[in-house]
Amino acid sequence: MSQIPPPPSAMLAELTHRCPLSCPYCSNPLELTAREAELSAPQWAEVFTQAGALGVLQVHLSGGEPLARRDLPDLVSAAVAAGLYTNLITSGIGLTEARLKDLAGRGLDHIQLSIQGPNAQIADRVGGYKGGYDKKMEVAGWIAAEGIPLTVNAVMHRHNLDRLEEVFALALRLGARRLEVATVQFHGWAARNKAALMPTRAQVEAANRSVAAARERLKGRLVIDYVPADYYARFPKPCMGGWGRVGLVVTPDGTVMPCHAAHTIPHLRFENAKDTPLAQIWTGSPAFNAYRGTDWMREPCRSCDRREVDFGGCRCQAMAFAGAAEEADPVCEKSPHHGVMAAMAEASVAPELEGGSPGGGAIDDVAFTYRDNA
Amino acid sequence: MSALKDSDVPLLPRGVRLREDAARGGWVLLAPERVLTLDPIAVAVLRELDGERDFAAITAALAAAYAAPQEVIAKDARAFLEDLMDKRMVEVAP
Repeated sequence: MSQIPPPPSAMLAELTHRCPLSCPYCSNPLELTAREAELSAPQWAEVFTQAGALGVLQVHLSGGEPLARRDLPDLVSAAVAAGLYTNLITSGIGLTEARLKDLAGRGLDHIQLSIQGPNAQIADRVGGYKGGYDKKMEVAGWIAAEGIPLTVNAVMHRHNLDRLEEVFALALRLGARRLEVATVQFHGWAARNKAALMPTRAQVEAANRSVAAARERLKGRLVIDYVPADYYARFPKPCMGGWGRVGLVVTPDGTVMPCHAAHTIPHLRFENAKDTPLAQIWTGSPAFNAYRGTDWMREPCRSCDRREVDFGGCRCQAMAFAGAAEEADPVCEKSPHHGVMAAMAEASVAPELEGGSPGGGAIDDVAFTYRDNA
Repeated sequence: MSALKDSDVPLLPRGVRLREDAARGGWVLLAPERVLTLDPIAVAVLRELDGERDFAAITAALAAAYAAPQEVIAKDARAFLEDLMDKRMVEVAP
């Protein structure tokens, strides 16, 4: 890459890995960053200022649970002062009405509230946190009363994918303007829970139809963003909108990455925002330039007419299932490894299919491996 | 599909912001997880949304400012705003 890349428009700021929940599909790395290693509020403020100057328009304050940071109000003020559209991605656990009013007063633009299921039984079991669902309902009420726009985020998997209609109804009841339906991606902790979480092909196909119908039916009331399951797909998704193309991730200790799973590509080395200016990382980092544009591509991507549509798909998935990050995402039907994803998916659900209806068993009987928050 | 009447007062709801994009040039509309790049006509329409004047008054003002027939402006502006209403980026005052 000899050209200067266009500036990023979005930044995911993982303020902490600490979290009261322990969702079995958590996208945090298996090795969590300790509290002592987290960037301080002034360090984050400097990152936000640099991001605004670089061209970032929206910052997503995430985690872990960002509310676990007592200095979150200062972080919101710093992001707003940097001119960034400020989005809080939260489980709602740790929020009080007073704290919400404080964040709103500081200029917070939007809140994305996660739900782990459309009722308390499923949600609390999946999140590994008793009382979590009821708390979220209370939090959503405060958000609506305060008038902050709300997105409901629902991660879907084998044990709740059949309940999409209940999720749509819940989002409407909570007054959400937007709903994010994200089928679980098997990176991080989710990879450990693949056998428990993998949806069946029939579930995925039914979900695709239900989302399409709901989008039409709810147009102008609820915006639905959908991350479909790609295990059974023909073409890959344009992961991150292209590597180093629209966004960047800053981890709790200041490491800057093109996506939150990029550390799973072992030969990449990432700079830290504490030592290197963000602009320099964005334009000059070998890790960011590794899969930018199309020069890095091998066949079948190199000559493919979809190469600027999906950018070869997900680099981390190529690493995990095709053995090299330069390969096409194995989801692609042109990949020589196409089929490994579907085979893996089908193998993961096979035991339960033989034993009865998938997703039909009691949620309390599912064996999840939870992340250790101790 | 959303429908915008002449007597409706269109507005940008909380969480939707029009701002200049210094790094790339031009203006953008920011909304939850959305960045819309705007052309100069779109910016001209959105800058008229003051939460007080109705759609008819807005298109009359645009027609005067750009010396264009109001019905032509109204047709384009209505299609643009109704699309943003579908996306929950524009609302009508209650």
